Amino acid sequence: MARSKINTLEYDPALCNRCGLCTTVCPHGVFEDGSDGAVRLVKRDDCMECGACMLNCEAGAIEVDSDVGCAAAMIKAALLRRNEAACC
Amino acid sequence: MTSADRLVHLLARLGVKRSEWRVRPGLYSLGDAGPDSPVFVSASYQLSFDALREALDGMDAYILVLDTMGINVWCAAGKGNFGTNELVSRIEKTGLAEVVAHRTLIAPQLCATGVAAHEVRKRSGFRVKFGPVRAEDIKEYMANGKATPEMRRVRFSLRDRAVLIPVEGKNALPMVAGASALAYIAGDPTGALGIASASIAGLAGLPLLLPWLPSEDFSVKGFFLGGLVGLGAAASSFVRDDATALPLRVLKAASYALALPPLTAFIGLNFTGCTTYTSPSGVRREMNRYIPLMAGMAGAGLLANVASRIVRAGKGGANGQE
Repeated sequence: MARSKINTLEYDPALCNRCGLCTTVCPHGVFEDGSDGAVRLVKRDDCMECGACMLNCEAGAIEVDSDVGCAAAMIKAALLRRNEAACC
Repeated sequence: MTSADRLVHLLARLGVKRSEWRVRPGLYSLGDAGPDSPVFVSASYQLSFDALREALDGMDAYILVLDTMGINVWCAAGKGNFGTNELVSRIEKTGLAEVVAHRTLIAPQLCATGVAAHEVRKRSGFRVKFGPVRAEDIKEYMANGKATPEMRRVRFSLRDRAVLIPVEGKNALPMVAGASALAYIAGDPTGALGIASASIAGLAGLPLLLPWLPSEDFSVKGFFLGGLVGLGAAASSFVRDDATALPLRVLKAASYALALPPLTAFIGLNFTGCTTYTSPSGVRREMNRYIPLMAGMAGAGLLANVASRIVRAGKGGANGQE
């Protein structure tokens, strides 16, 4: 299956509060619980930049430029001169 | 689930009045729900709601339906409709705090793109537990008190891809039919058939064969399938056009080989919006890399086709039709 090799996901383990919500909400298993309790970023390339982890990280340990991964939405936004893409 | 419900599901899958299949937002009771019954959160898209209530069959529970404008959970969460604000607002509007004694909501995992659990708790007093991705796993989730890793993963199986074909096909049908008709009217039945075939390759072939097509890029997968169609059209044109001078035969055949693959590639690129894993960064990179190539090839193919017809007409040889 195709995966993006480039994404905007950034994770700072020093800020992790060990709530584990990122491992719960990620649909692709990008994070997993580490042996010391802090979460580990294990599948960076599988990140689809949906933003669920960032939104639910109260500690602010995760940053990602979440947007719509849809070419049609991006083309439409470009043609209509909008700043962000939106689903149809 | 009644026959009428299943008809709605079928029509939705076929893209018929898709945005009109909605459930009114509010609080719904299943079975003999009481103060201690669990509360599940749903989108107002009827397929989402029906999947949930079917999964809860036999349970005493509440379903809190948010106003997601008839859009499914994941898309609505991405747009913000299935979001923190709507959830908090709907809790208040339905008076949920007076209906149940506990303060727990079970929300579909994929709403996490729009719902910040800690924010919901601060603002409403209700704790959000993210349930499994798929409603069919809810009973096992409730029995075990937690989700397995598999319950938390989104896949993109053959079945998942196949069910998208009718909706995508319906959306593209007017343009494909129109373009094919134009080519036919212009005296190019090979082009008409080529446009239809290249489109079908993109709309149906690519989703079905996705994991087996070369490259990680959807555009390249589309170029591959479209290349087969283009080469086929080129070969057919070359073989059948045997009354024409060789250079013209080559020019016309080349026009199909150039113009048809970008059509399938563009359809493939647009399929990124239907997948469960493409990222905006990846799609952007792919667009920057391949759209100029698609435009260039399509333009060159169209020019070659027109040029071959003009030269043929100018020579007054075999007429413009095949």
